[in-house]
Amino acid sequence: MYRYDEFDARLVRERAEQFRSQVMRRLSGELSEDEFKPLRLQNGLYLQLHSYMLRIAIPYGTLSAVQMRSLGSISRRYSKGYGHFTTRTNLQLHWTRLIDVPDILHQLAEVDMHCMQTSGNNVRNVTADPFAGAAADEIEDPRILCEIIRQWSTLHPEFSFLPRKFKICVIASPHDRAALLSHDIAIQAIRNSDGEPGYRVSVGGGLGRTPYLALEVGSFVPRRHILAFIEAILRVYNEAGRRDNLWKARVKILVHQLGIDEMRRRVEAEFAEIRETGMLELPPAEIERIADYFAPPAFEELSGESPEFESAKRESKQFVAWVKTNVHDHKTPGYALATVSLKPIGLTPGDCSSEQMEGLADIMDSFGFDEIRVTHEQNLVFPHVRQKDLFRLWQQLEPLGLATANIGLVTDIIACPGLDYCDLANARSIPLAQEIARRFADPELQAELGELKIKISGCINACGHHHLGHIGILGVDRKGVENYQILLGGSGAEDATLAEILGPGFDSEGIIGAVENVIETFRQKRISGERFLDTYRRIGAAPFKERLYAH
Amino acid sequence: MKVVTANKLTFGEVVYWTSRGWQSSLQQAVVLDDADAERALKLAAESVQRCEVVAPYAFAVRVEHGRIIAISAREQIRAQGPSVRLDVGKQAA
Amino acid sequence: MPTDPGSAISGGNSSPILPRIFRNGRIVADEFVFLADDSPLPDGPVIVTLKRFLAEKDHLLSRPAALGVRLEGAESPDVLRADLPKLKLIELRVGYFKDGRAFSWARILRTRLQFSGEIRVSGHFLLDQIAFFLRVGVTSFALPGNWSPGEVQTATGLISNVYQPSADHRPTILDLRRRTIVTAAAAE
Repeated sequence: MYRYDEFDARLVRERAEQFRSQVMRRLSGELSEDEFKPLRLQNGLYLQLHSYMLRIAIPYGTLSAVQMRSLGSISRRYSKGYGHFTTRTNLQLHWTRLIDVPDILHQLAEVDMHCMQTSGNNVRNVTADPFAGAAADEIEDPRILCEIIRQWSTLHPEFSFLPRKFKICVIASPHDRAALLSHDIAIQAIRNSDGEPGYRVSVGGGLGRTPYLALEVGSFVPRRHILAFIEAILRVYNEAGRRDNLWKARVKILVHQLGIDEMRRRVEAEFAEIRETGMLELPPAEIERIADYFAPPAFEELSGESPEFESAKRESKQFVAWVKTNVHDHKTPGYALATVSLKPIGLTPGDCSSEQMEGLADIMDSFGFDEIRVTHEQNLVFPHVRQKDLFRLWQQLEPLGLATANIGLVTDIIACPGLDYCDLANARSIPLAQEIARRFADPELQAELGELKIKISGCINACGHHHLGHIGILGVDRKGVENYQILLGGSGAEDATLAEILGPGFDSEGIIGAVENVIETFRQKRISGERFLDTYRRIGAAPFKERLYAH
Repeated sequence: MKVVTANKLTFGEVVYWTSRGWQSSLQQAVVLDDADAERALKLAAESVQRCEVVAPYAFAVRVEHGRIIAISAREQIRAQGPSVRLDVGKQAA
Repeated sequence: MPTDPGSAISGGNSSPILPRIFRNGRIVADEFVFLADDSPLPDGPVIVTLKRFLAEKDHLLSRPAALGVRLEGAESPDVLRADLPKLKLIELRVGYFKDGRAFSWARILRTRLQFSGEIRVSGHFLLDQIAFFLRVGVTSFALPGNWSPGEVQTATGLISNVYQPSADHRPTILDLRRRTIVTAAAAE
């Protein structure tokens, strides 16, 4: 993974010092809250329901053991001993104090980390396929471009005051494990007919009040011109995006207002101009330099069948169950990807204690090639594990409470922090996730139901990605009382679709039963073991509406 | 009936307007009618100027058997802490 | 909030506040006067709105005195393309700091439109935005009363290096990395 050089390191240190001076100016009254707020937001510091919340950037979801260990000690020291992994693969600390944040930023800087641009109307954390570098079906490591974009977009003088936030995602595989098309810019690595590397670029995805999937704006952008193309999109957006209405300010609204053809025309005009200056052309040497950081670890030559692994499976049924749900094939024989579930039954999805972080850091050192990934579904992935080490890895995850065998199943629920933590929320989301998980906890039932993605948001901002849930739940406020809408049929994979609202909402009492009825309807109507999503696509909303609303 | 609340600038902790300034428990808050709430908000604005608190506002409460109860789910949670982690927040103090 | 520094208006109950022009690290005298659309033209350098410029272009450009045009948020400098060589100053007036269009307008003035005159930012902006404005080619600022030149210098110097190229043609971190490699190679 990328390692900071002296320039990267100096920048984050200076940024921490800059924030320290801004905090001093705030505490002395030199800066009012109105003047300070944009500054603290550009360092990811929110004022939430109970306290200040600090959002730490985890670029393309990748962490080293040193970084994970540091997150463990920072969360222990400054935030009541836990953090929350988000759907944008960042880490949130819910209990920070303003006066501590400069120190936190310094400690983060010491391990090549920061909080820049995790909030504010700028280019946010660039996300990628969590299986990058390990998936057999990828054509390049998408994180190379992510790191290039990260540097180019950091403290970009022209694009730090956009009409609204801007989210970019890069994948390099036909399988979408990163909810690609829900991003403002969606980048897919491809090859043209001459085998040249380039990118298919789409623009205008986004969830929230008016969800859209991104539309293609560049069918093949050669690799060396990709930054120029991205800058072109950003300039068109910065100039023409709406600034009069918070809910109409994302680039998705501009794309739909102009139409994709006009958007493409403007982007291409801007792109041509930037390309001609050559200012943003990526020198092959620089691409290679960054690519070297993402070179795979020195893998051994192993057989695809590990006797240790096979015999461990004979020893433990629980291990077998965990392998079935949480372990994925690796491109290198004898290796595997192991997903760590942060969805233990009845606990908060995505939360991770300081002890767990430290335990994970130890595992990363022992078996994990010093690397772990965060997924947009609030789980973690060891991208490289020898098959022969899987059993011991699982044995170490177990006492940490990190061995739940439920990836992609009904209890692998995504939930934003919701009204329990968030100032923007209308309703709580975590208790719903907990109760649904409890009701469907039985492993056999989970296996029978198969892939079933439930995603819960506590407000229209959709941080829980409810538009992409097979079953999505949106919390709303009905006269100060929590109320919940059900949506069905969304997908954040390569078959991306936006979920559709089923009908009137339910209160806190009724929503769980309603979800149970939806799943029961699925079980009745399902044929030959198809997924929930497939059943819904086949039979439509009517049978579900009938079940929920007929009386 | 209303209560005025804010967050402490330095710590971010939720505080309530009481007869002895800002305190951390809702039960210590002064319950105000609309006119008094307006006056309290003006005083709160001065507190903001002095860099003590941020984002003051008033919210609705009712009083039951001497206990102040926030009417909205949001303010109930804000007064106690996350409903899903009873070991953190004001409820754990 | 700071009172509107971009025009001579009264700030609260005190006397009219004239803009303090910050350029090259110092407060300098403002040679320009901003002219409202219905005010008669004085002698001497003036700044007019885009609307007035387009309506009275020939007359304005025939005057010997320097001319500046003020652009509001939505007004792109592209419309001035042909006239820029005759303009001494473009004032980008920011209505509210969140409106980041001025950063693009300045950048476009320098790179696409090759404008070499003064670009001034006025209106409502943050001290911490000045470093960004300087990078995209802004040369002067109409400062609110409560910022000293020292403060501005400090604020703009806090981050030593930059990742991305911009209108200021400042060496980027990429350039510095290359130099480091070249230096290291030369030392061998």
